[in-house]
Amino acid sequence: MRVKDTLSLWVGGAAGDGIAAAGEALLKTFSRSGLHAYSYTSYQSVIRGGHVLLQMAAGSSKRLCVPDFPDLLVALNQDSLDREAKDASLGILYDKGRFTLPRQGLKPGCRDLGLPVSELAKEPLMQNSVAVGAAVRLAGLGFETLSALLQETFRGKSPEVREANLAAAKAGYDHAGKAFGSLGVRLPSGGPRRMVMSGNQAIALGALAAGCRFYSAYPMTPASSIMHWFAPRASRYGLVFKQAEDEIAAVNMAIGAAHAGARAMTATSGGGFALMSEAVGLAGMTETPLVIVEVQRGGPSTGLPTKTEQSDLFQVLGASQGDYPKAVLAPATVEEAFAFAALSFNIAEECQMPVLLVSDLNLSEHHETVGGLSLQVPITRGPYAAPGEDFRRYAVTDSGVSPRAVPGQKGLEFTACSDEHDERGDTISDVRCDPVQRTRMMDKRMRKLRTAAAMLPPTALEGPQDAELTLVCWGSTYPLLRHLMERLNEGGRERVNLLCLRSLWPFPWREVSDILYSSKKTLAVEGSAGAQLCRLIRQETGYYIPHRSLKYDGEPFYPGSTLAAIEAALGHG
Amino acid sequence: MAERTNPKDWKSGVSPDWCPGCGDHGVLNSLQKACSGLGLAAKDVLVVSGIGCSSNLPGFFRSYGFHSLHGRAIPVATGAKLANPALNVIVTGGDGDGYGIGMGHFLHAARRNLDLTYIVMDNQVYGLTTGQASATTCMGVKTRSTPEGVIERPINPLLLALSAGATFVARAYSMEPNDMVEVFKAAISHKGFSLVDCFSPCVTWNKLNTYEWFKSRVAKLDGASHDRTDLAAAMRKALEEDPFPLGVLYERLDVPTYESLDPTLRKHGAVAGLPLGLSPEEQEELLESFL
Repeated sequence: MRVKDTLSLWVGGAAGDGIAAAGEALLKTFSRSGLHAYSYTSYQSVIRGGHVLLQMAAGSSKRLCVPDFPDLLVALNQDSLDREAKDASLGILYDKGRFTLPRQGLKPGCRDLGLPVSELAKEPLMQNSVAVGAAVRLAGLGFETLSALLQETFRGKSPEVREANLAAAKAGYDHAGKAFGSLGVRLPSGGPRRMVMSGNQAIALGALAAGCRFYSAYPMTPASSIMHWFAPRASRYGLVFKQAEDEIAAVNMAIGAAHAGARAMTATSGGGFALMSEAVGLAGMTETPLVIVEVQRGGPSTGLPTKTEQSDLFQVLGASQGDYPKAVLAPATVEEAFAFAALSFNIAEECQMPVLLVSDLNLSEHHETVGGLSLQVPITRGPYAAPGEDFRRYAVTDSGVSPRAVPGQKGLEFTACSDEHDERGDTISDVRCDPVQRTRMMDKRMRKLRTAAAMLPPTALEGPQDAELTLVCWGSTYPLLRHLMERLNEGGRERVNLLCLRSLWPFPWREVSDILYSSKKTLAVEGSAGAQLCRLIRQETGYYIPHRSLKYDGEPFYPGSTLAAIEAALGHG
Repeated sequence: MAERTNPKDWKSGVSPDWCPGCGDHGVLNSLQKACSGLGLAAKDVLVVSGIGCSSNLPGFFRSYGFHSLHGRAIPVATGAKLANPALNVIVTGGDGDGYGIGMGHFLHAARRNLDLTYIVMDNQVYGLTTGQASATTCMGVKTRSTPEGVIERPINPLLLALSAGATFVARAYSMEPNDMVEVFKAAISHKGFSLVDCFSPCVTWNKLNTYEWFKSRVAKLDGASHDRTDLAAAMRKALEEDPFPLGVLYERLDVPTYESLDPTLRKHGAVAGLPLGLSPEEQEELLESFL
């Protein structure tokens, strides 16, 4: 029998069963063993109850994505056995003292790996530790990494709790070795330890590396984990974190902090961003550097609070009344989430405009192993004024960018104004209305889009130039499509290439037009019932994407169904 | 104490566009005198406003300013103060801006006891939008939005501020400019959230609460008989309407400001001035934390 060097593993249970902790223990055991790993939790907006499913893949390759099916299922309750057992291919771990494995409908060869938890641990609550120990054994890994990890995890608990859980994990590990033997899996461990992070953690880390000094936010899933990462680190790294009374306050606080000279950021999801909308235009009008993170979830309205979607594109692009310059960036990987967050601050300050960093729940909340992050990021802040005779904060320049001043600097006092204003910042909206000045000031601000465009991440086709089919996507869909493209092109074939849009505004219409108008056939894969990416592309380039795989059931794209959609488009005349 | 400066130094080059006779002229003059009297430097003062007639004030005042969105002056001021607590942050606006659309922010700023000075030019009507009822318009008053008279009771901003935790609450009146200057000086000097509700009559849209109307309805608070550190006494004063007491109703010096409690500000001071980028040690420990 061929030994498998990758493992897909699902952990199912109810919210409150400790799935996150079990998942983290497994994920970090893999990453510290030098493996790559990827994990996504499909959960519901409840504290206890409901069905929660953690889907994980581990192996030596970085090309991992949410697996269609588990090799190994860890079921923490009866419901998970009833729902998921049929999908497991190699085996099912569960507490056989409390739960019953359905005999019908199991895949051929799938093994009953019932654990006698009551014999292996002091109490049923420790079934997680027993199961994690068993799963590590079945993955073909040693116990030491898990042991060290559990020591850390339970550091804050009493010695009794720590020892009991360690003993339970060891008992599960040993039992699996004795009773189950091998599943034919041996993950190639032994490389250097790898870092694990979520997209939101990467965004927060990128912001911190870039010198973010002020973060204000109101709790909203799936953006809150940025807050949760910042809050305990704020005083250590010189960042003021302010939980605001609502999103309107959050964004306006960030604007105030930026006006005072701090690099400032706020984050929210679609509903909160709707409340922030007016202030995005305020940042545009007052030329205040500001970074806003919008992590999309299922909409509209309260929608699907804990589910992924990509349907806030139009909201982000259309935020606020009137015309003003802004930049919109969409990372597609965890590494890009880090890099784009850092870059956003440079764009915001160099162009003195709001920068919107758009993510989605899948990208922001899944965890994966990452490498090659340097926290020494480039920092550029744009022009500052020197005290002089005739300071004009909004001086008309060729680039549209005017030297800034910060409160506290002598001789550069000015008022930032949400009304239309002249070069000094004095209003020209009411009694001093001046159509000529108004036009000049609007033109000056809009010219900054050229500077922003030059700073945006490049837009390029990936894969073979003349493939039969061009896939089009943005955000978290990218890693899966990249993975499928490589599979489809195996053996030097040129079936598929890929266009992932990372810079959404100013829209790279020249590059996108060049790519799409020379493609043979196009398929958009996006998480939006309204095909918003397709419509944006048509608006900006005139190009109509005929094939569309649209998903808005709340779950990410999975390999099997996406592959089928690609094959269908390939086969379509 | 820093030296007095000339009140004229606090005038911007732009003349106020308020109607002749508007109470806001008196508030602007008093604020200029208060800042000069306190010897503040224009570079260290940030005046933040929302939208409305009175919110045009920063444009007429020579210091740093931010004329923000309708109702959002307090959050903008909050962010600026938290980024650089060394700034004297003064928030100015009207009753529509602060007690209507911005009410939530006002109460939260009060409970936080941020060191902000909030000056509300309360004319009991929406002026810039040409005469609709506001949250402080009296019952029965006919406005363009209430042609048969207001049927909602007005809010009491002083009582709201007191109940929300403001540590300095005062009322002033445009026709008593000398007292107003003193109240402003005390409010700006106060360490914590201060509200000064200013009766600032609108001569165009409010035909009830006129200078004539106020003449017999305001009286200077008797400082000798009022304990301004007593919350219950201040609340009783805030309820008095005949006459309305003018002066400082409440002042507590023993409540720490938000800024003095914030762990980051305690450790680093003004974050706006910190150099950017992480040290090699910080980089290493952060990367390590993800392993």
